[in-house]
This record gives sequence, structure tokens and C-alpha cells, in this order.
Amino acid sequence: MNQHKQAAALSRRDFVGGAAGLTLAMSFAAAGRFGIDDAEAAEGPLVANVWVTIAPDDTITIMSPAAELGQGSFTALPLILAEELDADWSKVKMAQPPWDTKRYGNPEYGNRLSTTSSFSVRGYFTPLRLAGAQARRVLLDAVAAKWNVPVAELSTEPSLVVHQSSNRKISYGAVAAFAQAPEELPKIEEKDLKPTSAFRLIGKDVPRVDVPLKVRGAAIYAMDVQVPGMIYAAVLQSPYDGGSPQTVDEERARKISGVTDIIKLPAGVAVLGTTVEGTQAGKNALKVTWSNAKGADFDSERALTEFMEIARDTSRRGAEYAKTGNVGPALMDAATVMRGEYRTRHTYHAQMEPLNATASVSADGKSVELWAGTQGPGSLIDEIAGLLKISAANVKLNQQWVGGAYGRRSQNEVVVDAVLLSKAAGKPVKLIWSREDDMTSGKFRPMTAQYIEAGLDAKGKIVAWHHRVVAESVSAYTAAARGNAPPKTDQIVMKGTPIPCYGIPNKLAEHVVEARGTRVSAWRGVGVGHNAFAVECFLDEIAKATGKDPLAIRLELQEGQPRAQTLVRTVAEMSDWSRKREGTGLGIAFMEKDDTLAAGVAEVSIDRASGKLKVHNFWAAIDPGLAVQPRNVAAQTEGGIIFALGHVLREKITIKDGRVQQSNFTDYQVTRMSDIPNVQVKVISTDNKPTGAGEDGVPLVAAAVGNAIFSLTGLRLRELPFSQEQVRGALGA
Amino acid sequence: MVAFTVNGQKQEAGVDGETPLLWVLREHLKMTGTKFGCGIAACGACTVHIDGAPVRSCITPVSMVEGRSVTTIEGLSADGSHPLQKAWITEQVPQCGYCQSGQIMQAAALLARNKNPSREQIVEQMDGNICRCGTYQKIIAAIQRAAREG
Repeated sequence: MNQHKQAAALSRRDFVGGAAGLTLAMSFAAAGRFGIDDAEAAEGPLVANVWVTIAPDDTITIMSPAAELGQGSFTALPLILAEELDADWSKVKMAQPPWDTKRYGNPEYGNRLSTTSSFSVRGYFTPLRLAGAQARRVLLDAVAAKWNVPVAELSTEPSLVVHQSSNRKISYGAVAAFAQAPEELPKIEEKDLKPTSAFRLIGKDVPRVDVPLKVRGAAIYAMDVQVPGMIYAAVLQSPYDGGSPQTVDEERARKISGVTDIIKLPAGVAVLGTTVEGTQAGKNALKVTWSNAKGADFDSERALTEFMEIARDTSRRGAEYAKTGNVGPALMDAATVMRGEYRTRHTYHAQMEPLNATASVSADGKSVELWAGTQGPGSLIDEIAGLLKISAANVKLNQQWVGGAYGRRSQNEVVVDAVLLSKAAGKPVKLIWSREDDMTSGKFRPMTAQYIEAGLDAKGKIVAWHHRVVAESVSAYTAAARGNAPPKTDQIVMKGTPIPCYGIPNKLAEHVVEARGTRVSAWRGVGVGHNAFAVECFLDEIAKATGKDPLAIRLELQEGQPRAQTLVRTVAEMSDWSRKREGTGLGIAFMEKDDTLAAGVAEVSIDRASGKLKVHNFWAAIDPGLAVQPRNVAAQTEGGIIFALGHVLREKITIKDGRVQQSNFTDYQVTRMSDIPNVQVKVISTDNKPTGAGEDGVPLVAAAVGNAIFSLTGLRLRELPFSQEQVRGALGA
Repeated sequence: MVAFTVNGQKQEAGVDGETPLLWVLREHLKMTGTKFGCGIAACGACTVHIDGAPVRSCITPVSMVEGRSVTTIEGLSADGSHPLQKAWITEQVPQCGYCQSGQIMQAAALLARNKNPSREQIVEQMDGNICRCGTYQKIIAAIQRAAREG
């Protein structure tokens, strides 16, 4: 079997056997010369290219390469292709492609298969448009030949090829019944694509295909997978990174009903058995001692103080992340230098579906089938192939609907453990983390201490900006986990420091990496989340010192950046910025993440006796370039604002003696319904290429709320979360 | 052996009476619409109805439902036509969707006893159900829509 055939056969099994939730009335068509035997292609379906297959019954099947984490890409990506194909959307079905990076990888990622960084629409937009236009051209050419008319005389209507002068129409399905794609597919260039004014689907808010399943409890997540003959597993993990089990007292665990076996893993002890509740109870009954490791005595409270001292000590240089002009001399020459300090805590993803995976290693150990929800199917397959020392072609991944990710599911250690356990047990194993496991073995947004120095000239204009971030490096952490050397810079921690929309002639952003052995990862909004908090609060401090309005100072710095200015003006208008309020204060923030721009205004009040903070309103505006699904962009932004409110009000992971101190939603309190402000989002779709839109509400919240507290009380809060204790303490001081 | 009714069908579960109803529903009866989120009744993802009242199935021993009637998301309507399910689609509420079965079951119990709840009553009823994607505002809108449109 050649490689293409393997991929196609694998994918066909994916659809039939595996991800039932993803199999939306899936009838996977023969892949013709791109995959399965050509013989199957007779009498249609028409495999127009690797992305799209048209069946004689008019069904159009489009590959959807991104994981559906809740962000809506599973709908948005096929929609882009359907637009250029001029498809009747009601006839479109989505399919999960084979995990073939050459064909389906995201070009924004060097063709890796990964659903992170809000890169799906951004990366696939042009390739999918070209693929759609190419498939349309295949149809037109086939009809032109059949009817013996010049192709230029043909046009399309949704799923119809039209020859106006002879008043003939033929459905795409009818074309598929006789046509085959040519050996060499037609070349399509960007100039051949539709003008945006002709869009029927892009920008028109097509309902998401996953929603009907999700309101009936019919979407199958990894947690819902059941495989014949499977057993369950729970794992007691090392409390800190790098610890391995030394002594294991399993006597009590063995006596628990349903427990059948106990197996040591590299970084944990697994309890296997016939029930979820039995294996979980067995895990809780284990007594294990752990080998020492770097993070074993980490104390986050002590470390944060140390981080702040390091941040202030400018003689300790960090890794340069972004640089404009020459900040050192500019600070020396400045009329005034202002300094600001900010701190943020480790935060936990709290995706509603605790991490879990099901794995079935074949008896000979030469192949494996996986059921998982992952943000990195490509890297997962490579990792498992390496683990079992088998070819990646023998790793069959059934990607499931994903119950929240926010960055956490780009690391796949739970799948690795499930594979090791299946191999050891000789059976399919479903490994489930409890919420406590998920939290205490969390990989957090790194804690940061930040120090910014700004130089102002005699007129109060900012001429120098030096931003220092002291934190773990997420990129170094994940590289080390894969046995790689750390990269020079860490964009996960440092995004949000280059502030390209602010015209400051001399800028420097440095990352002082403090590797303390903490488990870390990307968290929704990545570095922009904690960095925009510091940047935007500090800008307000400068505004205050120079007698400027917080709105005016931003517009001034954004001179020549009309997209940014439009957003700032929009939220000013939405919030009626200049109107005096009684008992509430307004604060503004702006952010840029991977070319997407957003602005927000928060309105807050404080109960002075208790220190309780209430956010009443949040107005936001976002420019993600061309908005493919504007309503979904608004929903994502709204969701991001509500998500982020939790780490502004309460969420905080603390670590003592290497052990995470929080364990469930009782002591790690995420946003609840009673916390939410009235959120209004305006999506400003512009004629720029689409960028991302899944995370951009997040970075606005901390700074807008912090600035609103300042405007209300004159108090500058420098550390997240703005807990009741912190607010009360600040008010009392 | 515990005998009870799920979505109108008689069921018998040959498990220890202490087994949480959640795992009986999900792993034994293979009805996976009811979700595991926290295991301590702190998130609401596992919400089902027992004799019409919303309960957290993750902390409910199956022995407690002996002879009683359990409704899960799969039984809320035969075909997704409950007013809340329709409103959830119209408002495009779900994002990752994992919490939404619990949200809908919790909201259904509210509408069953209060046909026209105020915003405050909705928030009070729904505050135990976490949605990490941040769809709360849409959930409120969908409950109000279902109340309006029945």
C-alpha cells in the first residue's frame, strides 16, 4: 500500500469507527488519484482536490483540519472553501482529514498540524480559498467540455454551473457523476478569487455545525469514548515536575473493589481496574514517595518576591525579545524617567473536560489507536511513534470534540501515559484525570514579575520604553520535555511586549528567564494576557503624571495607526467615556496579538467595607482583519472577557514545597454567572487578511479593570488577582 | 442491584449502592451526555433531574435513586426540540459545549417551576454551573428566549 492509500484508508477508518461525534453524516468519498483506488471513483464522486469531494447526490464533503475546541474553526474553515467553490452550504458536510502534514498542515506553522495561537483561520484562509476556487474550476472545465462551450461563458450559482446564453444549468452533483479531476489540476492564483463584495458565506454568520449536537449531549468527547474490552486507569502523579515514584505502599489500594493492577510509570503510579470509581479510589489510597527534582521545594510566594527583585535589577540582562532604536541612551537623555512594577500569578486552564485519553496498543506493540482531544495531533502522533518506536503511519488518532483547551492540550502527557498503560496491560485503557489531578498536575500560565521604565521628554512625550519580564520560559519547558535545547526567545511569555501600535522611538523588551522547575504552558491570550496588564496600567500612570486623559494618550501614541485608533474611539463611544459617573469608574485598555487588535473599557464599583469589586459593564471592539464569522468572533471575544475576569478577581495558583495548593473549583474559583458584567462587543471587520480571534478578549480585562479602579479610587493595584483582600488592604492603607 | 427509571425506561444496575449515579449513567448505561467535571458538586456539569429536581449526579449514590425517575439530557426531549434546546441553538450558546448538558438540565428545572424567571432568578439558579468558555451571557439570553417562546 503506498503512502497515499494508507492515509486515505486510515482516514476512512477514522470516520467510520472513531470519532462518532465528528462524523457528521459522513460518507467519506473515494480519494481517487489522491488516495483510494481509482476504480471506486467511477460514477462519481468527484474528488476535486485533497480538500473537497462532490458526490452525485450533491453532497459536498470538505476537510476541516482544525481541532474544535469551542472556537468554531470546524465550521469556519470549510466555510472559506465553500465560498470560493460557490457551494450550497446546506449540502456541505465536514470531515476530519488524515493527519498528513504535507497536505493538511497549517502553513502558518510550517505545515504542522496544530490548533493553537488562534492560527486556524489565519493560516488556512488563503489555501482554502484557492482550493475552493480550484474545485470550482474543475467543475467548470468539465461542463465546458461536455457542453462544448467556452469556459468563459459559464458561471456558478450555489452548487450549480450555469450557461446563461443557452439557459442551461447543471448541479454540482450531476457534474460529479460524469466528471473526473484532470491529472494536472488547474492553477489558481489569488487574483482569481472572489472580491469580498461577492461573498455569500464569509461574513454572513453561518450557524456552527457543532451546536445542535452539543445541546443534545450527542457530541462525543474523549471522556465519552468507550472501546470494547477497555479497562480504566487513574494515575497518582508526582506533585512536581521530574519526580519519579520511589516507595509505593499499595496495600490499601489493592483492597478496593474494582482495582485489578498497580503499575509504576516514569512520573506516577497507575491504578488499573474495571470501574472509574474504583480506580479513582485506589489512586487516592496510594502512598508514594517521590524522588527529588528541581521543582521539589519551589515556593511561589518566596519566588515572586525574588522575581520582582530580579526585575528591578537592570544589570541582569534578559533575552532580548523586541527592540527598536536604542533604549539605554534614550533613558539617560530623558527629562523624566517613570518606573512601574506589576505581578501576575500562575493561572490554571480549568477546561471543563479534565484531561483523559483512551489508548489501545496492538498485541505485537507495532501499532496503536488513540482516542483523544488534542490541540497538537501532529506532535502527538510523532511523540507516540517515538515512544513505541514505530512508524507514525501506525499511530491512528481519533480526534474527538474537545471540552475546552485554552493552551493546555498542546501538551499530551496524559495520552503518553494511556499508551504506556495499554501496552503494559495488553488491553485498551481509558485514563481519566480527576479534577484534582488536572489541577495539581496543571501546567500553568507562568507567574511574572514585570518592571517597566519609561523615559519622557520635556513635553511629556514617551521617548523610551524598557519592559522587563521575569518568568519561566514556556518554550524552554516544552523543548526540554521533548529533549530539545531551549529556543533563544519565548514568544509564549513575551507576546504583548513589542507594542507595535504605539509610536515610541526607543523600545526594548527583555525576558529574564527564571527556570525553577514549574510546570508551565500557554494559557488563553498567552503573554499578551499578563503583559498588556503591565503595559496598559503603566500607560495610565504616565497619563496621570503628564496630565493627559487615558483615552487621549493612547490615541496620541497610535498616531498613524488608524485601525487601532478606530477601536479606541469605538469603545470610548460605546462606554460614553467622558460622561461623569456616580460611584463607578471607567478604565480603558488596548491590545495587539498576532496582528489582531482590540480595545476595551470596564466600568467598576467597589464595596469599600468588604473590598469586593464589581464589574458592571465591559465594552469591547475587535479588528481581526476580515471577520469570517463575525458573530462567532464576538462570542469568542465575549467569552474571553468572561474567562479572564476570573483571574482578575480570584484565580491564583500557589505552590509550596513543590506542591500545588489548590485542588478543585472550591479553592480555585473561576468566573461564575453572578460575576459577569454586561458585555458588549463590536466586531470591526476590515479588508485585511483575517488574523486570529479566539483569545483577544482576555488581555483587555486586567488592565481595563485595574485602570477603572484607579479612576474610581486613586489606588493603583499592581498584582493579579485583585482579590477582596488586596482591594480591602489597599483601601485601608 | 438498584432499580430505577432513566428517561422513561426501567434500568437495573448491578453495582455497589455507593457508586455515584454519574458513573452508572455514563459507563454502565453508556449515556454520556451527562458530564464529569469536578466530582464534588462544584461545577454542575453532571446535572440530571431526579423526579424533576436538579441534582449533581457526581455526588449522588445510585442507591438514592432506587425506584425513582431520572432524566438526563438524552431524555429532555426525543429530538432536541425542548424550548431550551431550540433557544440554545438560536442564541448559538455552546462553544466547547462540555458544560452545556448540565446548564440545560439546570435551566429546564427552573423553567418547569417558574415559566418567566427574572434575570436575578436565572443567575441564582444557574450560579452553580460553571462554563469556562464564558457563555453565561448567552445562556441567560437563551433561557429568556425559551421562557418567551415556550
